[in-house]
Parts: sequence; C-alpha cells; structure tokens
Amino acid sequence: MEQFFDDYTLRTVTLGVAILGVVSGGLGVFAVLRRQSLLGDAVSHAALPGIGLAFILTGSKAALVLMVGAGLAGWLATSVVLLVTVNTRVKYDSALGLVLSVFFGAGLVLLTFIQRSPDADQAGLDSFLFGQAASLVLEDVMTMTILGGLSLVILIVFWKEFKLLIFDPEYAHSLVLPVRRLDFGLTTLLVIAIVIGLQTVGVVLMSAMIIAPAAAARQWTDNLGTMTVVSMIMGALSGVGGVFLSASTSDLPTGPIIVIFASGIVFISIFFAPHRGIAWEQVRRRIQNRRLKSEAVLLDLFRLAKTHETLEYPHMEAALRVIHPRTGTLRRQLRGLEEKGLVKMSDNGAWALSQSGIKVCQELMNQHTP
Amino acid sequence: MEKAVEVRDLTVAYRDNPVLWDVDLDVSSGTLMAIVGPNGAGKTTLIKAILGLVKPAAGQIRVLGKPYQEVASSVGYVPQRGSVDWDFPTSVIDIVLMGLYGRLGWIRRPRRKEHEEAMIALEKVGMVDFAHRQISQLSGGQQQRVFLARALVQNAHLYLMDEPFQGVDATTEHAIIEILRTLRSSGTTVLVVHHDLQTVSSYFDEVLLLNVRKIASGPVSDVFTDTNLRLTYGGRIAIIRGTM
Repeated sequence: MEQFFDDYTLRTVTLGVAILGVVSGGLGVFAVLRRQSLLGDAVSHAALPGIGLAFILTGSKAALVLMVGAGLAGWLATSVVLLVTVNTRVKYDSALGLVLSVFFGAGLVLLTFIQRSPDADQAGLDSFLFGQAASLVLEDVMTMTILGGLSLVILIVFWKEFKLLIFDPEYAHSLVLPVRRLDFGLTTLLVIAIVIGLQTVGVVLMSAMIIAPAAAARQWTDNLGTMTVVSMIMGALSGVGGVFLSASTSDLPTGPIIVIFASGIVFISIFFAPHRGIAWEQVRRRIQNRRLKSEAVLLDLFRLAKTHETLEYPHMEAALRVIHPRTGTLRRQLRGLEEKGLVKMSDNGAWALSQSGIKVCQELMNQHTP
Repeated sequence: MEKAVEVRDLTVAYRDNPVLWDVDLDVSSGTLMAIVGPNGAGKTTLIKAILGLVKPAAGQIRVLGKPYQEVASSVGYVPQRGSVDWDFPTSVIDIVLMGLYGRLGWIRRPRRKEHEEAMIALEKVGMVDFAHRQISQLSGGQQQRVFLARALVQNAHLYLMDEPFQGVDATTEHAIIEILRTLRSSGTTVLVVHHDLQTVSSYFDEVLLLNVRKIASGPVSDVFTDTNLRLTYGGRIAIIRGTM
C-alpha cells in the first residue's frame, strides 16, 4: 500500500483503469441490454487498423491521435456491419464476424508494416494488441477522463431517451423521437468507451470490459439506474484489482489480468446473486420441493381419513409408508407437520389430522381442482 | 364526417413483394374498427405505415387530417407485447411513464404530476397494485395491460393496437373491452388488429378485411359477410361466425 502512494506510475495507471472501468461499465449496460455485446467486440478489433493508420499519417503516438484513429475505424466497422445486414442476405452475427476479422487482419498487416519501416519510432504500437497498462502516462489518463466523462454526461442527459430506445425503439419512433440520431449517438458513446480502453486492455480483450461488468450487474438488480452504477463500480473494481495483482506479481500482463478479474466478478454474480443467481435458485427449489412433499403426506392422511366416519381418524405410520417408502423422510415430515399443528399423534402412535390440518387440505384440494 | 385516418393507394413492399397493395381506407372519428385478415395479410404493416414506422412504396396517409409527424402526440400505439424484451430491468410504472416522453421533451424527467397521470392510467387497466413490480414478473395479460396503460396516459385521439387480445386471460380481455368502450364514448378512434372472428361483431362497429389488398371495409353488419370472409381467407375457411 505504502508503495502504491509513493509510486507515481502505479497511481497514474490505477486512476486510468478505474476511469476506464467506470466508462465501459456504464455504457456496457446499454450495449448488453440491446444485445449488442458482439458489436463491441467488432468495434475494438476494428480499431486496430485505425490506430496504425493514425500513426502512419501523423507520426504521433499521442493518446488522442490514436484514439481518434481507433474511433473512426470502429465507427466505419459498425457502418459496414449495418450496410451488409441491410443490403445483403448476410445475417447480423455473420456480418459482425466478417467485419471483425477483415479489419483486424488489416490492422495486423499495418502493424507489421510499421514495425518494419526503419526510421519510425514505432515501439509500443503492438502493445495495443493485448494492452499495456504500465505505458499509461498522466496525459493519457487526462484524455481518457475528458472523453469518458463527456460520454457519461451525454448518457445522463439523454437517459430517458436512450432507455426508451433500447427497450422499445418502435414505440420511441411512434412518439417521433429521432430514433436514428439517438441510435447513432449511443453507438458513438459505445465506440468512445471502447477506444479509451484500448491502450490499457488491448483490442483483443476490450469487449470483455464492455460485457462483463454489465452482465454481472444485471444479476444484482432490476433497476436500470442501479444496474448502471453497479456496473460502473464493478468495472472500476476489476481494473484496479487487475492492476494491483499484476503490480504485486512481476511479469503478469495487466490487460488479461483485468479481464480475468472481471470474469471472476461475473462468475460470482451468476452463481450467488440473490433472486437471479444459480445457487439462490437451487435453494429456492429445494425449499419448494420439501413443501410439496410434506403437502403430499398431509393430503394422503386426508384421503385415508376420508374413508372413515371422521376426518380426524388416526392412521398408523405403516399405512402411510406404503405410499412413502422412505421411513426417515416420512417421519421427519410428520414431525414437521406436527410442529405446525397440522397433524397430531395419538396415544397409540397413530397420526391424525388436526382441525387446521383439515382446513389446509380442503384449501389445497380446491386449488388443484379449479 | 371528420376522418381520423385516411389512406390512399397505399403500397408497401418488402424486397419487391407487395405486403400491402393499393389499399384505400377511411376511418371516421369515434369508430372502433377491427382489422381482420390471415397471417401475412399486412395488418401490422398497415398500422406501422400509419405510424410512419415503415416507408410506403407509394400512396398517402393522413392522420387526424394531417401528416403523422404533426399529430404524433395525439396518437397512441400499442405494439404486440412480444415485440420487446420483458426481462428489461425496470418497473411497471416506468414503462407507463414512457408514454409521456414525447410530451416531456428533451432532458426533463417525469415528476410527481407525470407519476399521478401514470397511476390513473394503471387504474384504468386494473394494475395499480403492480405499479412498482418488476416487469419480468408479469403474466402475458398483465404485460398487455401495461402496454395499454402506456398508450392511455397519452390521452390520444387515435389509438392503434396490434393484437391486444392475443393470448390474454379473461380478466384482461374484459379490461380491454371496457377501455375500448370508454374510449368510443369519449369520441376516440381505435383501430385494432384482431384475430378472433367470433367476437368481431360484438366488440367492434366497423371492420376492415385485409389480405394484401383491401377486401372490404365498413360497418360490421354490412361488410362482415360469409362471401367477404371467404374472399379474405381464401376457400379454406370454415368458420362459424358467432351471432352474439
């Protein structure tokens, strides 16, 4: 910890990934809810040739220059995807895959070309492949903060319009909201969120920073606003966690560690989140099962008693065991029912329904035969 | 009589195949009209064309005497409930409030007044108790009523409803009929894409029989005949029309 506050580079890097996590977490929510997660993947891969071209044209490695190049290429990629889907019979996912690989391939070619050119100060461009958090300087972080902050402000200003756009675009259109311009705006914000993370996480893994925090956040809440905030926090946590882990262990690449951190959060959320989590679902199912089983025992007592003159007629456990062969379970259920006052044990060890047990049975019978 | 909807020579095509072909339609104000026809007849497309959601290849549409853009706030749209993802993280009242986004304009958020209006709309569809329920917990009929409330909150002069009776429970069906009748008594025009031929004559004043081309339109008693139905559905139809 002490080392952290002393280490200027580490502080800069931490700040940078935290900002990146907040922005990609926030905008990722909208991408994930719109089922555009893969678009993020296409945009980030497609950014690579943009970075290469920006460097070739300007000779500069300033964050802003490369981000503009990446952003334009990412934008071009989404437009091509749209064009292909609208004008050909190629489906959306195939178009994404196609565009992603063509752009990424072109980007690799450009990077190789740059690396071979003798006079260029090309070192570091290939770090955009898998990201290199350590290369972040304060200037980069400032650029990320301004761009990211701006896109979050726009997101908040047009919050209700974006919400309606992703929930029900046709209805938005019927209210004469400018759906196409909103769509353009939201996609641009997504492109910005991706572009500011490329230097840190890399084009290959950046889409995980868009998808993972949002997917995890969805597990914990049913409110769009809360989901966005939770996703921002999870994005920042994965970033900062990843930086610390890779800083404390030498030679671990930061970008992949951040993504693994984010995946860990997704994993935990999918299993343990209340209501939507898998573990929660299992517990609920078990409770439900137990209730159904003891209801069955109660109803069997009811059916047996019906053949006698009184519904409170007691029966020996052996009579029930014919229907419920597992003795241990049966006795436990009878005891459970006894605790609830639905059955009682008579002196000779036989079980009988109580008055409230009879009432419950009659209600259950009514429910099952509407 | 004033026309709520006027459609002239409307043709809509998808990849050179006409979905609607040369359709003319006049709907007078205050009419409850059913749009009836087989699958793929262009019923939904007609509604979407009126709303400006699909571009016609030819023809003119006027809504409340004007182009749709100018009167959009007076038109309420109830899409098919299957058209959205009901696992979206939001509450019932939030969906209803969306009906007011057009009126609210940019940046302004719904406030207390808007919430009260939304609650009144939920009251009309019998869903007040569900206002803060997560929408993924709703049954199909409840989803339909929420969509209806979202349109009702607009206080529109014209409503376009796409299969509101599709797969809903009896409670919802009754709630919708009640609302349709209230709307008619206040002079509101309602166009409903409808599938249940048995109930056309008891629920609606007028009917449009559609199968890519318009077969007939007008008062149910004049138009809803065996001959016209056979023309609409082709020879295969064997329906017993209810006389309720």
